[in-house]
Amino acid sequence: MEQYNFFGALPFVVMWFVVQLGILLEVLVKNPKRATFLYSCIGLGLVAISAIIVYPQSGTTFQGMINFGGYVSFFDILFTVSGILTIIAARPYLNNAEFEHDEFYSVVILAVSGMMLIARANNLLVLFIGIEVMSVSFYILSGYFRSNIRSIESALKYFLLGAFATGFLLYGIALMYGATGSIEYASLTTAITADSALQLYFFLGVALFLVGLCFKLAVFPFHQWAPDVYQGAPSVVTGFMSTAGKAAALSAFIPFSLAVFQTPIAQKYQLILAILSAGTMIIGNVSAVAQTNVKRMLAFSSVAHAGYLMMGLVSSNTAGLQGILYYSASYILMQIGAFVVVSVIEKNNSENLEFSDYAGLSKKSPYLAGLMSVFMLSLAGIPPFAGFFGKYLLFTSLLDSGFLWLVIVGVVSSVISLYFYLGLIVQMYFKDGNDTELPTETGIASITLIVATIGVVLLGVLPSLLVNTFTFLPK
Amino acid sequence: MGVLSLLLTLFVPLLGAIAVLFINKEQSKAIKSTAFVMSIVTFLLSLLLLPNFDSSNPTFQYVVNQLWIPSLDAGFRIGLDGMSLLLVLLTTFIMPIAIASSFSGIKKREKEYYAMLLILQFGMTGVFVALDTFLFYVFWELILIPMFFIIGVWGGKDKIYASIKFFLYTLVGSLLMLVAIIWIGLYAKDPAVYGKFTTDLVAIKGFIGSIPYDIQVWLFLAFAISFCIKVPLFPLHTWLPDAHVQAPTAGSVILAGVLLKMGTYGLIRFNLELFPLVSSHWATPIAWLSVIGIIYGALVAMVQTDVKKLVAYSSVSHLGFVVLGIFSMTVEGIQGAIIQMVNHGLSTPMLFLCVGVIYDRRHTREISEYGGIARVMPIYTVLFAIAMFASVGLPGLNGFVGEYLTLIGAFVSPVYNNTLFAILSATGVIFAAVYLLWMWQRVMFGTNDNPENQNLQDVTKQELWQMIPLVVFIVWIGVYPGTFLKFTEASTRALVGKIEAVNGISPRYNSLPTIQKASHQHKQSDHKSHNGADKHDNAHPSTDSKPHK
Repeated sequence: MEQYNFFGALPFVVMWFVVQLGILLEVLVKNPKRATFLYSCIGLGLVAISAIIVYPQSGTTFQGMINFGGYVSFFDILFTVSGILTIIAARPYLNNAEFEHDEFYSVVILAVSGMMLIARANNLLVLFIGIEVMSVSFYILSGYFRSNIRSIESALKYFLLGAFATGFLLYGIALMYGATGSIEYASLTTAITADSALQLYFFLGVALFLVGLCFKLAVFPFHQWAPDVYQGAPSVVTGFMSTAGKAAALSAFIPFSLAVFQTPIAQKYQLILAILSAGTMIIGNVSAVAQTNVKRMLAFSSVAHAGYLMMGLVSSNTAGLQGILYYSASYILMQIGAFVVVSVIEKNNSENLEFSDYAGLSKKSPYLAGLMSVFMLSLAGIPPFAGFFGKYLLFTSLLDSGFLWLVIVGVVSSVISLYFYLGLIVQMYFKDGNDTELPTETGIASITLIVATIGVVLLGVLPSLLVNTFTFLPK
Repeated sequence: MGVLSLLLTLFVPLLGAIAVLFINKEQSKAIKSTAFVMSIVTFLLSLLLLPNFDSSNPTFQYVVNQLWIPSLDAGFRIGLDGMSLLLVLLTTFIMPIAIASSFSGIKKREKEYYAMLLILQFGMTGVFVALDTFLFYVFWELILIPMFFIIGVWGGKDKIYASIKFFLYTLVGSLLMLVAIIWIGLYAKDPAVYGKFTTDLVAIKGFIGSIPYDIQVWLFLAFAISFCIKVPLFPLHTWLPDAHVQAPTAGSVILAGVLLKMGTYGLIRFNLELFPLVSSHWATPIAWLSVIGIIYGALVAMVQTDVKKLVAYSSVSHLGFVVLGIFSMTVEGIQGAIIQMVNHGLSTPMLFLCVGVIYDRRHTREISEYGGIARVMPIYTVLFAIAMFASVGLPGLNGFVGEYLTLIGAFVSPVYNNTLFAILSATGVIFAAVYLLWMWQRVMFGTNDNPENQNLQDVTKQELWQMIPLVVFIVWIGVYPGTFLKFTEASTRALVGKIEAVNGISPRYNSLPTIQKASHQHKQSDHKSHNGADKHDNAHPSTDSKPHK
């Protein structure tokens, strides 16, 4: 192993330059908004390309602190793509709100860099730094509308609870270090099997670490912050946080879980994950049923989706990992798409968000209504859209590892979820709305919407396109 | 050429839907004619399936086997046997009629409407030709979306309630099926079984018998509930009247004509073919439900004041016959069930078209609003009479053939081994005569004293031509059912042979049972029920092996 493999670390090296130059750019150019916008898209695009270049590789570098290639590159691409989609959709949204500032784009890039660090961490401290970079960026982004009371509330809530969760995370890392004398994933497992006297500290550390991760992923019972934060934050930011942010937390969850599965507590750990997953799916979907606000409904539905994604962690076999990766990709597309539709229709940062505001949307804008229906059906897991195949993979992996009861919980909660996903379609298509004008101008957000829709349909019809690239997973 | 025309039959409607979506929504005429032409072309293409079809071959023909998702061995596997051929032809035949019947009734959002109808056709054809459980499931679910919109956007007053009920009912059932499909796929992973996860129906048929019996029961139930909701079998039928009443005429035509057949098709294709042993053990409870459905549906139909609701409940009753025939597990019963599916797919759409005719004129379907219509609409009265008599089961028209065969099947069935089923079900035919004739009499005869009914216009040319093709086939099947029965005979005989081999029951379909034969049968079945448990073990040595994951 080379100590410093800069080629392997290429995506992150590029990202580093993009972030640093981005901050400088604002003072150097005349029209910083436009320039930063273009720069961010191109910068993230370059990162994505370099991630594709490193995709076939795999290994560890920088003295075993970060991984590269395969798995990492896959998440790099997810993060950068969702960053680009968010930035493109944000421009018209922020313009409408008359609150476009160049730092928005810089902070999004910064958040993406944090996520990338999470995905490539092979070391708990690197992981911690990544989580902090991402979280701090999210605190800023959710309070971006600094004159709007809901946005401020959202940011404050997120910050206070998030800081608390970070404490858990750090304490967990400290305990695990104390028990094993190592902060690398790989040596955690070997160290623990060597000395059983320290197991209690280790398990406590795992538990606290788990709490921290579950908070970031908004998993039951640590999900309460999510609806308020997601509702108050600017819609495009919510779309970004609830997708890429979750994928980032998952990218840390997967190697961590795989490591814990090597320890003697594997069975208990698996059961805990299963219970958390079941609880998340049920609470998320049942709470979403009661919502009358579309953004809040989507917030709860994103909680539920964290539960679906965790099903793959429970099984942790190849199909399960395939399921997580595939479902993360499709979930990012459909959820960002849905939030972008919300952001187009939204007015003054908190109006036009009720279900009843969507009544008759299919007449006012068949285009938006059609795309929203695709996203809703995909979120509900109806074929031929991507959401269905993701669930199929996850259910398959779970049944394979003998968790029939969890599959049944998943199936039942999917049925419950239909109520509100269809409910929105009912509003858009079956109800005749009032005569109030809805803002339906999409501007360049159309790019995001169309990319997301094509992705959702294409991944649904030809899932092999994506699944075949998961060659880095164990067979 | 057969393969090509099968592929085209499947995909032309989808292309049609896309084509319709690209027409400007102002050009109503272009939208209608594109949709209509596409459906006619599909019908003609589906006729090309006939010349090369070998009806003496019980296996699947025109098979396409193309891997779709290699990691899960899900494939684009399609093919036809006699039963799927008949149902595909029924679909392609009903669609142009359904589309034509919408020309006058559907005024809003025509573009989306015709696109939805064509997507629906794509899904239905797919269900009937899929030879891969994953593909089957995808098509099965795909149908929900267009039907949900057709009821919800173009439906009646309570359309939202009806459409959501329809969607949820079907989805609950189909998710159970999904779990069963995955379970079977995982079972195949065992190197001793198949060696990899699979959803290939033909491969599944090869190893399904080795699954432990008690797990087979669960799988059987998962499939059966899903299909019985769609059929719908009593007591899972409550979505049907709502959906029918709220749906626009074409929606009801397709729902009754083709959609319900997906359920009965699934019962034969999956439950009977994959789980012959469990099917025969569960045949009696299912038969009771069908008998209850037959009588209950008929009784409820009798008290309806809304013509469309009456026809909807008559569907519950008629499909009870189909399920009864299927689970009789005799050649007569299953042949009768298949032909009854086709019959119901012809006569009930025609009844709905007839209801649509007066509804278009008067915007009410209450029986009490009418009376003496025969005087102002003589041609309509005749057409309605044909549809009604076909539905009642008058000899010479198609309904009789199907009901007669299913009743024989139920009568001689070795698995029912109880003539009560046939006797009780036969009353359903009488009830059908009661509710249909009574309704017809109240609508058509008597005095025409309602001033709004005085000047009703008789059927237009367009309406007439929608029904004539139906009449042709209603009479054809009634007079010479052999044309249609011959397609399914070989595959039905093979299926029944397999069921009998698995169950160790002797064929009994060559003649009606004599008293001696019947008592012999009794003894045999006593033996069977006493030693039921042992028998499973004999038939399936793997029962004791540890449960698979």
